[in-house]
Amino acid sequence: MEHLNEMAAHELAPRIKSGEVTAEEAAREVLRLIDEKDPAINAYLAVQPESVIEDARGVDRRVAAGEPTGPLAGVPIAIKDAICTKGLETTCASRILEGFVPPYDATVIARLRQADAVIVGKTNMDQFGMGSSNENSGFGICRNPLDTSRVPGGSSGGSAAALAAGTAVLALGEDTGGSIRQPAAFCGVVGLKPTYGRVSRYGIIAYGSSFDQVGPMARNVEDCAALLGVIAGHDAMDTTSSPEAVPDYTATLKQGIEGLRIGVPDEYLAEGLDATVKESVGRAIERMEALGARVERVHLPHTEYAVATYYILVTAEASSNLARYDGVKYGYRGEDGGAENNAEVGGNTGAPGTGAATQIPVEDRLEAMYGSVRSEGFGLEVKRRIMLGTYVLSSGYYDAYYDKAQRVRTLIKGDFDQAFEKVDLMVAPTTPTTAFRIGEKIDDPLQMYLQDIYTVPINLAGVPAISLPCGQDADGMPIGLQIIGPHFGEERILRAAYAFEEATRP
Amino acid sequence: MNYEAVIGLEVHAQLLTNSKIFCGCSVAFGGEPNTRVCPICLGMPGVLPVLNRRAVEYTIRMALAVDGQVAETSAFARKNYFYPDLPKGYQISQYDRAGEPISLYGGVEIEGEDGPRFVRLRRIHLEEEAGKSIHNEPGYDPDLSYIDYNRTGVPLMEIVSEPDIRSPREASAYLARLRQILQYIGVCDGNMEEGSLRCDANISIRKPGDPLGELVEIKNMNSMRSMERALEFEIERQAEVLDDGGRVVRQTRLWNEEARETFPMRSKEEAHDYRYFPDPDLVTVEIARTWVDDIGEDLPELPDVRMQRFVDEYGLPPDMARQLTENRTRADYFEACVGHVTGEGSGDTASQASGDARAVSNWMLSELLRVQHESRMDQATLQERIPPTHLAQLLAQIKDGKISGKIGKDVLDTMAETGQAPAEVIEEQGLVQISDTGELEGVVDGILAEHPDDVAEYRAGKTKLLGFFMGQVMRATQGKANPKLVNELLREKLAGS
Repeated sequence: MEHLNEMAAHELAPRIKSGEVTAEEAAREVLRLIDEKDPAINAYLAVQPESVIEDARGVDRRVAAGEPTGPLAGVPIAIKDAICTKGLETTCASRILEGFVPPYDATVIARLRQADAVIVGKTNMDQFGMGSSNENSGFGICRNPLDTSRVPGGSSGGSAAALAAGTAVLALGEDTGGSIRQPAAFCGVVGLKPTYGRVSRYGIIAYGSSFDQVGPMARNVEDCAALLGVIAGHDAMDTTSSPEAVPDYTATLKQGIEGLRIGVPDEYLAEGLDATVKESVGRAIERMEALGARVERVHLPHTEYAVATYYILVTAEASSNLARYDGVKYGYRGEDGGAENNAEVGGNTGAPGTGAATQIPVEDRLEAMYGSVRSEGFGLEVKRRIMLGTYVLSSGYYDAYYDKAQRVRTLIKGDFDQAFEKVDLMVAPTTPTTAFRIGEKIDDPLQMYLQDIYTVPINLAGVPAISLPCGQDADGMPIGLQIIGPHFGEERILRAAYAFEEATRP
Repeated sequence: MNYEAVIGLEVHAQLLTNSKIFCGCSVAFGGEPNTRVCPICLGMPGVLPVLNRRAVEYTIRMALAVDGQVAETSAFARKNYFYPDLPKGYQISQYDRAGEPISLYGGVEIEGEDGPRFVRLRRIHLEEEAGKSIHNEPGYDPDLSYIDYNRTGVPLMEIVSEPDIRSPREASAYLARLRQILQYIGVCDGNMEEGSLRCDANISIRKPGDPLGELVEIKNMNSMRSMERALEFEIERQAEVLDDGGRVVRQTRLWNEEARETFPMRSKEEAHDYRYFPDPDLVTVEIARTWVDDIGEDLPELPDVRMQRFVDEYGLPPDMARQLTENRTRADYFEACVGHVTGEGSGDTASQASGDARAVSNWMLSELLRVQHESRMDQATLQERIPPTHLAQLLAQIKDGKISGKIGKDVLDTMAETGQAPAEVIEEQGLVQISDTGELEGVVDGILAEHPDDVAEYRAGKTKLLGFFMGQVMRATQGKANPKLVNELLREKLAGS
């Protein structure tokens, strides 16, 4: 019998529900594998084994008592550390949030608990979601389980790596500019970024609020569909979440793609794309045609502006979203808890017994505290993006950058709207290359930003897209195929992805 | 040199909603520090704001009350700056670029320096309140700073005027007018001492006819009076600068009530760059015309309309009606009281009713205000001690001749002290008017017998002595004699020889 940790969620849950295996057994196997494998990968930032076992036993008790259980009964799931979990440290992989234990669950976590999933732990990431390699973690890089000299991608690198390593059965990622799809592609797993508004953002630590979407990650399309069904839907706590009804994504999964019109955007197969990736995606397109899809070329003419537009808007939002990390209320307070600031600014000017602190204007001490908390607490890339975002919103620059970028975003949305008048779905590569080596791009932010070239336009347009494996390069590293749909076209995307997955199953 | 002041006000009114603008926490004043908070108003990681519908409704109510133009869509922006009492590092507001206010234009009429003046409004919008920093307060370590987030997220409505105000007195009149309207429509209690109504001023001066001068913003004016003082000070300060050949510097200044001066807070160069941009966490608010119409239909009677109605319905002189309608509680009190006086089964004719209304009005504007002044009670406390039913009962006792009007004033004093009903006071203190003709006749006879000389003088034509005899009778009866009866008896007895 196969190992429980390697099983698909849609196979594991029914076995747990039937009592054939227990949730505790599955949890213990995953925990054992984390102990064994994770030191070399570093996919997990926080795991509380006792509470994992306790949650699993809770599911088993309900099964034993004949009570109804949810669709993900006993399935071990890994959670990206950008998602708040009540009672479990949540840091967004940044030192500035070290020790922060949320007193609330994100809505998606509440829905997972409702579905009886067992939360295994919090996964590594580029801090605050800022990065495409997981090298920007405040708590050590995460490695690609398929080749530990390579990055797992980012920012949801930990979630993708845990799935690839078998240390989780399902995972939640979060995608602002490609953060689910790119690591899924690099680690050879499946990851879907839903339509903006499909999944509640309540309790998701904000990076770019008008882009961020939580999405399902799994080792197969069917699990992805099931997990999306659990987390999707309107939430009164998030007014940007959509009231659009949530279909049963698994019900239509196997209906095939006969007659579907599939567009291939020319701009996504242009310069800068690795030849092996291009070839592999080309074969995937042929395969879909063979499955009955009608393939045609489409244009997304504003693609070349997407990366610049994205980095203006997302950093603007981030500069504001990250202002709350100031050391006042929670998290990091400076090397010695802030006391240094008093001494540093005030020197020893205070008369004995009066307390130097009272001699120095409060405003000066405050500024010093902000300075040390934020320069020590945030990583380099985070600080770079805060600076960029602050700049583009500054008076005198707002119109030239932020406002213009908003207008370009509208044009990019228009590109997608027009394309989807002609076709039902689009296919493209997820990334220009396969997983690169650790350290290869970290000193070249522009090269790193170009990793997102095929993924950010999707976030700018707010449409859904999935990445699933479509081949391997010469080193055996996986290649990701991206399938893009119109707003709320997740059902169609999953159907096409499933058909392709079935057709290419070894 | 004579200068003209050009003043615009930014008024912040705390809305009387039950909960905060973006979460469900209570907005009640006070409370142990940091007890009226939740992850949302504390701006913890990942939380999102959800707009309080009632706050929008109240803002629309105000817009309609001042003939503002209610927007079809309205949007929120972020105002970014660091301060510990601002937990998110930005304030959600509709001010400046990126925000779209709920209402534009409109205005109010005030008593200006040279007759009525119409002050135009620029916009009315919503924003959230910040928390409160505590330094050096009793019970706190002076070496530490504390923050109370109870106020964080309380809904504020900001009413921005055009620079149509020309003097500190007009500024006061304008603020008083806004407060009156806010109270009438029930969206703000208007309490400046507790900070539920606050005001910043933009002021410049110029020679009449000249273009606008350089603008100075003044903050930290905590009462009407301090606002008038601050503006007076600032006009003089700017005039001195100009008279000395200098230039007024564009800056923000703080009013210091103790020093009676304004001090520079920050200059234009040091001004914060708030980096406003649309808040991506809040969707655009779509304001349905039907909703606005419904709010308009339920809009309480506005002060001007009510004043005119008091004139028409109760036959009151306009001045009296204006005084009664100065604030809504007073006007409500008046109407409740009149309702009881002329209430069921009184069988009053219209003219009697009008007389009753006049009596209520007289008593409220002279006696109640006197008692309020003497007792140093505020209007609300006094109205609690003497509910409208009690004042109505007192007036009924006077009207029925149970007590005299003079005794009535003493009864009112006691009512204010003890909160008792008038009948109880009259009974307890034995103040019932003597209206028994037989009993009074005895007293009158006695007095006349005691003063034969005065009686003779009266009969000889010195009729002014009637007052003397009245006084004697009143003294003999401790003021309880029915003055009308005494008057009749005296005239009768003094006439007959």
